[in-house]
Amino acid sequence: MKEPLFCELKAPLDARSAKVESSRCYYCYDAPCIQACPTQIDIPSFIRKISNDNLLGAAQDILRANVMGGTCARVCPVEVLCQSACVREIGEDKSVEIGRLQRFATDQFFESAQPQMEKIFQRAPANGKKVAVVGAGPAGLSAAHGLAVLGYEVTVYEARAKAGGLNEYGLAPYKVTSEDIQREVNWILGVGGIELRLNSALGIDFTLDHLRTSYDAVFLGLGLHAFRSLGIPGEDRDGVYDAARFIERIRQAPRVADLPVGRTVVVIGGGSTAIDIAIEMKQLGAESVTIVYRSSEEKMSATSHERELARNQGVVIRSHARPTQIFGKPNGSHSVEFERTDRCTGERFELPAEQVFKAIGQTLETRQWWGQTQLHLTASGRIAVNEEFETSVPGVFAGGDCIAPGDDLTVSAVQQGKLVAQAIHAQLNPMEKGEVKDGRSHLSDRRSEISQSFLAGFSTSNG
Amino acid sequence: MKSPNPFWLASAPPTDKKINVERAFRAGWGGVVWKTLGENPPVVNVSSRYGAVGWNGQKMMGFNNIELISDRTLEVNLAEIKEVKRNWPDRAMIISLMVPCQEENWKNILKKIEDTGADGIELNLGCPHGMSERGMGAAVGQVPEYVEQVTRWCKAYTRMPVFVKLTPNITDIRMPARAAKRGGADAISLINTINSIVGLDLERMSPVPHVGGRGTHGGYCGPAVKPIALNMVAEIGRDSETRGIPISGIGGISNWRDAAEFMALGSQNVQVCTAAMHYGFKIIEDLTSGLSNWMDSQDYRCLQDLIGKALPNVVHWNELDLNYKSIAKIDQSQCIHCGLCYVACEDTSHQAIEKKSALSGLSQSFHSNYEVKNDDCVGCNLCALICPADCIEIVPQETGKDYLPWTRHPQNLLRT
Repeated sequence: MKEPLFCELKAPLDARSAKVESSRCYYCYDAPCIQACPTQIDIPSFIRKISNDNLLGAAQDILRANVMGGTCARVCPVEVLCQSACVREIGEDKSVEIGRLQRFATDQFFESAQPQMEKIFQRAPANGKKVAVVGAGPAGLSAAHGLAVLGYEVTVYEARAKAGGLNEYGLAPYKVTSEDIQREVNWILGVGGIELRLNSALGIDFTLDHLRTSYDAVFLGLGLHAFRSLGIPGEDRDGVYDAARFIERIRQAPRVADLPVGRTVVVIGGGSTAIDIAIEMKQLGAESVTIVYRSSEEKMSATSHERELARNQGVVIRSHARPTQIFGKPNGSHSVEFERTDRCTGERFELPAEQVFKAIGQTLETRQWWGQTQLHLTASGRIAVNEEFETSVPGVFAGGDCIAPGDDLTVSAVQQGKLVAQAIHAQLNPMEKGEVKDGRSHLSDRRSEISQSFLAGFSTSNG
Repeated sequence: MKSPNPFWLASAPPTDKKINVERAFRAGWGGVVWKTLGENPPVVNVSSRYGAVGWNGQKMMGFNNIELISDRTLEVNLAEIKEVKRNWPDRAMIISLMVPCQEENWKNILKKIEDTGADGIELNLGCPHGMSERGMGAAVGQVPEYVEQVTRWCKAYTRMPVFVKLTPNITDIRMPARAAKRGGADAISLINTINSIVGLDLERMSPVPHVGGRGTHGGYCGPAVKPIALNMVAEIGRDSETRGIPISGIGGISNWRDAAEFMALGSQNVQVCTAAMHYGFKIIEDLTSGLSNWMDSQDYRCLQDLIGKALPNVVHWNELDLNYKSIAKIDQSQCIHCGLCYVACEDTSHQAIEKKSALSGLSQSFHSNYEVKNDDCVGCNLCALICPADCIEIVPQETGKDYLPWTRHPQNLLRT
């Protein structure tokens, strides 16, 4: 195992703190936090179970709603999701720490001697139908898992050498490690019925036409792999990087010390990726890191919490400036020229930068992936789907970042994968309900067994 | 008998030894009831003695013990009592006693107590575990005739004031209270601890506290027992036979407000134990200053103005006004939208709260609003009691109707 290279910015709760924090939950009725969670985890219920030392029960609540509940606990922007809706936030400006409690519960489960899938999910008998899933990212794995639980034989095609998608290649290493991700991937595959084919790329190793003829349904969880360009002179110089691609290098580097780290770093963009690369470069030793965003700070898609996190790491955030040119300097470093957007004077300034990172978004790669099959795209260049996540081609579904509209969140991708599994099941089995079985029926059987034996005892004692 | 303040430490581990009691007096406690003395040879105590009930992260909501009376020799205790009383002449020093239920035994020990200079004695007729199986403690307190007899012996053989400490492990507290009064008791102390198994260790399948994997019932005390104690204090204060007898109130008193409640129901002073065992003797500062500041704010000039003040308002159910009406009112500006009032009323009460869809505006969109259906609300208080934001008030309604007790209600077939 690699040494931890980045310090975790949000430490896990220990058992005592988890217990104290869990006691803060009011167990709201029709809880706002549940509604604010894209996967609708029953948050008050899992917190109550932590409070009552029923940690397996807590993990069941979380993972049945969100099979990647462990990763989401670490990377979700809880300050704009569940925790923003927490009634304690209204009452006292301090929500219950739902994310950290979820991490505690899932860590306890995964760190138990044998994190048994059957404690959470039980796979239905194989139904003889086959589904292809393209992309082993959050959407693809979630869909594959949901389908496998329903009894499908699922083949997951992944272009890269490891499964996990952006979880493995894109998330900030100070939030989640590769070990965490692979542990989760293995657990998900552990439900059975899922074959993972790594290093198999759509359009290179197989085509959509092929999948359509070989499987009963196809799910595309492709992600976004083309990088937007700034369209300014100097953009192609050495030392100018796509942030997401560099984060991938950081995450996969055998020796982080071998990565190039500039003393002065400029990051262009305003989303989570900009924040992540800025903090990572700072932690890797950059002396000065400046994020520059074209509009006001409030318009950045990075949350105020994320911005504060970056500032606490010493990152400078400048707003209202757009890059116009990247100059080279004789010593090999650069200078980025910006134009202020809040003045009509066209005032310009330059920032020196040994490295420049572009974090301005990614788009769907438009290689000829489909073969003869043509999928409709939206105006924003993502795959168009209907309410059931079905594309313009019957039997081909899509979800995650590659569809529109997307919020580029792991948790949304997981939810879409879960819903896609139900949609595919409903389409292939029109007479059955598309509900994912999760072992709950088993539990309710057990419950009725208990109540029956109680009643038996009662009637005996009344003889 | 003098005491610089009405706060005494009850007979228990905190008053077991000179070192504890002097620490308490230095901290400012007004008096102590020394941990119960018995005859030689002293009792033997077990290892592992206390258990507790916590609730939602709070420790010691309820507390119990399986400890017996003082396990030191009578001579050691008496010497220390004498010394402490000499060092702290302004503090009340009451000695708790428990000996076999025979005249000679009580007569013998009283003489020895008088020699210490103590201010009074408290008869431990309440300890519910260990001693009761030997015919002492609660075994005496549960039989009014014994209570009266022992009290009478003590009054006959000492001129020291006699407090009789009652057990709550009885159906009607007025019976032993009346017996104590008939026996000549100068005051009544209550409550002693309540029979309890405070919890089970589900792995050992043993009660806690456990002694080598087995346990026994113990005496329950702490904040959880206060309501039981308040009722018993009020019962004695309202009873025609016992009304007016000085009461030393005991049972879960943790702060000045608890003390004020006991006094308003007729306690002349109060005894504290669990709160001191939880936080140490320093809590006396808040007890005295809190009570004093509150009394000043309410214009009570002395404790006698407060003592028994609430007793006239403690009445039989039959005397309550059936025409009185109150309903819940939610302060929407303070509501945090948790929905607990709604689900409690909907699931378990009167379906008198309405859930309204989310407010417009993004930040509030997950939150519902809750409104009281005035016509359906019976003013039961449940919503106000559970509201974590304290934003529900139960508001008295003007009905224009006269006082109507059950004794005169048309639906009462036996009305007068």
